[in-house]
Amino acid sequence: MVNDALWVKTLASVIAAGSPLVFAGIGEMLNEKAGITNLSLDGSILLSAMAGFVAAYASGSVLWGFAAAMAVGSIIALIVASSSIALKQDQVAVGFVLTLLCTDLSTFLGKSYVSIPGPSVPHLTIPVLAELPVIGPMFFDQNIVVYASFILVLAAWFWINHTRQGLNLRAIGERPESAFARGLPVNRMRYIYTAIGGALVGCAGAAYSLSVKLGWSQGHTAGFGWVALAIVIFGGWRPVRVALGAYLFGALKSLGSILQPVYPNIPSQVFQAAPFALMVVALLVVSASNPDKLGRYLPTGLRRALAHIMDASGPSGLGKRFEQD
Amino acid sequence: MSSEPRFGLKLWYKVSPVLLPVFLALAFASVLLLGADANPLEAFGSIVSGAFGGVNNITDVAMSMVPLMLCSAGMLITFAAGLWNIGIEGQIIAGAIGATFVVQTFPDITSPALFITLVLLGGVVGGVFWGLLLGLIRAYGGVNEIFAGLGLNYVGQAITNYLILGPWKRAEGATMSGTEPFPEAARMSTLGDTRASLLAIILAVVAIVAVYYLLRNTRWGLRLKAIGLNDEAARRLGIKDRKSLLMAFMVAGIMAGLAGAVQVTAVRYRLIPGVSGGIGYLSQLVVLLSGLRAEIVPLVVAFFAAVQVGSPRLELRLGLDASLGGVLQASVVFFFVIVRGIRQRLAERRLARGQ
Repeated sequence: MVNDALWVKTLASVIAAGSPLVFAGIGEMLNEKAGITNLSLDGSILLSAMAGFVAAYASGSVLWGFAAAMAVGSIIALIVASSSIALKQDQVAVGFVLTLLCTDLSTFLGKSYVSIPGPSVPHLTIPVLAELPVIGPMFFDQNIVVYASFILVLAAWFWINHTRQGLNLRAIGERPESAFARGLPVNRMRYIYTAIGGALVGCAGAAYSLSVKLGWSQGHTAGFGWVALAIVIFGGWRPVRVALGAYLFGALKSLGSILQPVYPNIPSQVFQAAPFALMVVALLVVSASNPDKLGRYLPTGLRRALAHIMDASGPSGLGKRFEQD
Repeated sequence: MSSEPRFGLKLWYKVSPVLLPVFLALAFASVLLLGADANPLEAFGSIVSGAFGGVNNITDVAMSMVPLMLCSAGMLITFAAGLWNIGIEGQIIAGAIGATFVVQTFPDITSPALFITLVLLGGVVGGVFWGLLLGLIRAYGGVNEIFAGLGLNYVGQAITNYLILGPWKRAEGATMSGTEPFPEAARMSTLGDTRASLLAIILAVVAIVAVYYLLRNTRWGLRLKAIGLNDEAARRLGIKDRKSLLMAFMVAGIMAGLAGAVQVTAVRYRLIPGVSGGIGYLSQLVVLLSGLRAEIVPLVVAFFAAVQVGSPRLELRLGLDASLGGVLQASVVFFFVIVRGIRQRLAERRLARGQ
């Protein structure tokens, strides 16, 4: 049966490996859409992965793990938002300092939990659908966290594009002044979306320590936060594209472990660095006017399609403070 | 008599932006330590004695100030231009690789003066190359320098590991402990029995003085600051300012490359994985805490280096994790930013009340 083939199993593992990045990417996308950049992701994911593991270990329940991780992610995000909105400090500076602070905090606080077995998210095979060729194992034979990540992408897409609230969200990120003039509480909404975004980033942490990369170790998820931030840009602040970006990076990670035995002559470091090299190349391709430059060599119709697909312009109010009074 | 309290207030106003964050960071660390069933005073005491308890400790602090000072000097340049040069970590790595390349290619040079010069040059070339690469991606590719820089940091790390396990592996077999140790002639000489190298310290001092002068007294420095202050307008100025951005990245690359070279030729005596050790990220904190002022940087660097050298004592003596040192460093900067924000808002409010 085709579902037992190695390549199908690989695709399924790519979807699973990408799920924490989906949480983090969609979360960060939400607060960036509202105008707040939370640069602390690499540290917040680490700290929430640690907190999530410890809480799940102590309580014996994965749910408490996720609750703790979401609380941690949310608090860090709110610190970024309030130091920007209330204290008028640089979002990038605060986010970067918090990255380093949370990284060291996770090492210090998690010391006695390194490399011990703990609870994990249960696997849940959906009957009948899991039997479908190829897509069965990919989408219907996973654990609950992976299913939640699918629902999150669809929910975020629907919320942003098809609800009044989503329209308001785009308004406060694009043109905060006119949104405020129309009566939207810009800064309060920014706080709310940052808290939600941070909670999702926290979910990403718990998704690592309780589902994808079980347990806790020093620097358990180091680097993934930066990848998540890059995915938001690469995804052009659109939910489905952000998810595709997450799977692309997930694929690249799995590809390393599969290709390594096939091509023993290629040093393993090439595969380790590949996701990060891809991150730079992907950003190069979508950044600024680069798609236009590439498009110059294409016929007009294709050029327009390419411009649409590649469009990666962020919310124009991103990172700018909005003074309500 | 009435001027007395006012003088006290004035003094408090001057020193509190620094003292208050330090106090808050110590309080925060104390809470963590109490949570870990440790005595905070004992812990801080062991950091202090680890940093200043003997001649060797003090010279170790001096030596760990060197790369941090070099990187902070480079970071001041890119910061003046409004750039977040987080990629400086990769420039340190590239510098260490460049320096090791010289040793691997010409292992038989006997004159230490010539050898060290070439090794440092190798470091500069490596750092500048990596800085230029980042600059090109930023200035011509339009990619945010934070993400491009981070991506390059990880690529640099992977290249280091590849070189250590592959082409530059030790004669007795590849190991993650590093390359073959450098020959005597490729090691910076040390002061007496200590691990401190006078030449390395001089390099760091020259670098910070040069950057101070460059930013204050040269046309190029002023131009960089203008770019940094007015990003939007600078973006419209076009080509010439792209060149200024590239130059900023390259000058930072010189400093970071030297820092990488110092790490291999005066501290480790070989290329190791993780040779940059987070110094680049720390230098970002240093520059933030110094308020972008070159004359403050040495003080902040001394504080950071003391914590860096002293905190492994936590592990040896008290069984605590040395990462508490990192928590202290980062939380001082965090509280510095928060305290600054609160003071600014309070001042605004006073102004609004018309006092």
